[in-house]
Amino acid sequence: MVQIVTANRLVDGIVVFQDEAGGWNEDFARAAVHQDAAGALTRAAEDVAASLIVDPYAIEVELRNGHYAPKALREAIRASGPTVRRDLGKQAEGLAPLHAAHAPTEKPHVSL
Amino acid sequence: MYRYDEFDAAFVAQRVGQFREQVGRRLAGELTEEQFRPHRLMNGLYLQLHSYMLRIAVPYGTLNARQMRKLAEIARKYDRGYGHFTTRQNLQFNWPALKDVPDILAELASVEMHAIQTSGNCIRNVTADHFAGVADDEIADPRPYAEILRQWSSLHPEFSFLPRKFKIAVNGATHDRAVVQAHDIGLQIVRNGEGELGFAVYVGGGLGRTPFVGRKVRDFLPVGDLIAYSEAILRVYNLEGRRDNKYKARIKILLHEKGLETLRDEIEAEFAARGGASLALPAQEVQRIAAYFAPPPLAPRPAASERVERRRGKDAQFARFFESNVTPHKLPGYAIVTISLKPIGGVPGDASADQMDAVADLAEDYSQDELRVSHEQNLILPYVALDDLTAVYDRLASVGLATPNAGLISDIIACPGLDYCALATARSIPIAQRLSERFGDGARARAIGPLKIKISGCINACGHHHVGHIGILGLERNGEETYQITLGGSGDETASIGQIIGPGFSSEAVVGAVETIVETYMARRDGPHEAFLDAYRRLGPAPFKDALYNRNAGADI
Repeated sequence: MVQIVTANRLVDGIVVFQDEAGGWNEDFARAAVHQDAAGALTRAAEDVAASLIVDPYAIEVELRNGHYAPKALREAIRASGPTVRRDLGKQAEGLAPLHAAHAPTEKPHVSL
Repeated sequence: MYRYDEFDAAFVAQRVGQFREQVGRRLAGELTEEQFRPHRLMNGLYLQLHSYMLRIAVPYGTLNARQMRKLAEIARKYDRGYGHFTTRQNLQFNWPALKDVPDILAELASVEMHAIQTSGNCIRNVTADHFAGVADDEIADPRPYAEILRQWSSLHPEFSFLPRKFKIAVNGATHDRAVVQAHDIGLQIVRNGEGELGFAVYVGGGLGRTPFVGRKVRDFLPVGDLIAYSEAILRVYNLEGRRDNKYKARIKILLHEKGLETLRDEIEAEFAARGGASLALPAQEVQRIAAYFAPPPLAPRPAASERVERRRGKDAQFARFFESNVTPHKLPGYAIVTISLKPIGGVPGDASADQMDAVADLAEDYSQDELRVSHEQNLILPYVALDDLTAVYDRLASVGLATPNAGLISDIIACPGLDYCALATARSIPIAQRLSERFGDGARARAIGPLKIKISGCINACGHHHVGHIGILGLERNGEETYQITLGGSGDETASIGQIIGPGFSSEAVVGAVETIVETYMARRDGPHEAFLDAYRRLGPAPFKDALYNRNAGADI
């Protein structure tokens, strides 16, 4: 099961993803991918205790056209922004996962 | 409308100061999230799917231009340029930063607003008929009683840690526009045989995963007993409501488990034991509060407007707006204007900061500086002179707020659903958007007539789907959104819970299924005068079920 670890940043609530260095990043593409997220969750718990983030948890991701994307619709929306307001959230800032299930792109993404 | 006195102002300012301190301690790591959560919830602050969400109270849905402008300013300065009006007549901002919330609350306090008790296991914002004080079928204005309840219930030490949230609504007209029978306590203003004012009291209504229509525990409660009797109900609930299972913690479950007679006896016994005397509402206090809601001194005007009639004759769009969004006023020569926040293809309940400013200007220029928020997620201008309707309409149209669909099939309640909500299991808004695009606000919608569609994105039922004439509940099944349809629900004085019509529909099929239901109604109704709900009650579910499932009409699950 391929997973990444996500949380909300305490100070502003923005959705963040844990990167390879254990830091927290707004960009889904920077998320560290794990076969087993247990260690990453332990590190996340330390950041909860340090009042950096709240509610960390692991989500399942899968490869789509060479890019990881959340499997569940809920997580795809959370990682992208409201599907009814494409001008808001990560999707508006170029920080959303490519090929999220609910987000058919207007221009097909071509992986180079 | 109500104005804060010194006590109110000091109370709200004190709460802002307390929360500022709590946020500071949280950000400094002195409070854990578990310790902080009850504090933020009591101040209306949730952590949602994308960010924090701040729910701001609009007590009984009444606000003035200055307050609306402040909401617009907050939307621009601290949020993302818009707000969402809710089914509890509140406003939600979807993107505030925790560090900014104390400043937002201070800004709100500067215009006599707050977010106190818009969440948490306490008595929530008391709601009322959005046409209060102006409806032509009104017995009495419900807002003084809603305000008295607000003052009594704000940080009430005994009722700040209830088993679960507790909702009260007050309706003052013969037609129930406040959905009182879907509330923990529903108060319907009535007059007794002697002509005295009082309340029919309903208890144990509620939606959510276990919907119930409230049961009447008192035919007539004198006004003076309002607080004493409410306290008796709350006390019985607080002592006996279940705390072992939050899904069974509402008073509706207590009523269901004990039975109406037993619960009523316990409430009456509690009420009698206290004698009611210590909490009797002094008549002069009721009058003092009621004076805040005294109607503005409006000059009498002709009962008809030639200007309006001329415009209706030559402008079909205005004529449609007049037909659906303009309601008779208790005063001749005036009208109530409903500003639909349901543009075709738009997000139900959302308003941009610019739209909020425009509505504030209109309230100031044409509606005695007063606005209302309806539980149906629309805004109301309650005091518009008939002669001003054309100007009001033109200005609404200039900011995209003149959709002529109030009360029609495209005037849909929808909760934020999975687009915003951490609890949701499916999206609500896109279904509302597609339905409104399918039926529109033109000839077809008008031919269908009054029809309330209500959509929730999970079983918590914030979109009131149980009391929709057509209710839609979004669920998740095997990773896919699926939508269950209920028919025959109603939130008015003939309240009923809709019945599930059959297996659910996929996102792709649900709009077609609603169309099949509507077409079945149109084919079977007893003429245009028979509204959908009446036809459904006469026909029962069979023809709809048959059309949906036996004729291959789109059922796919």
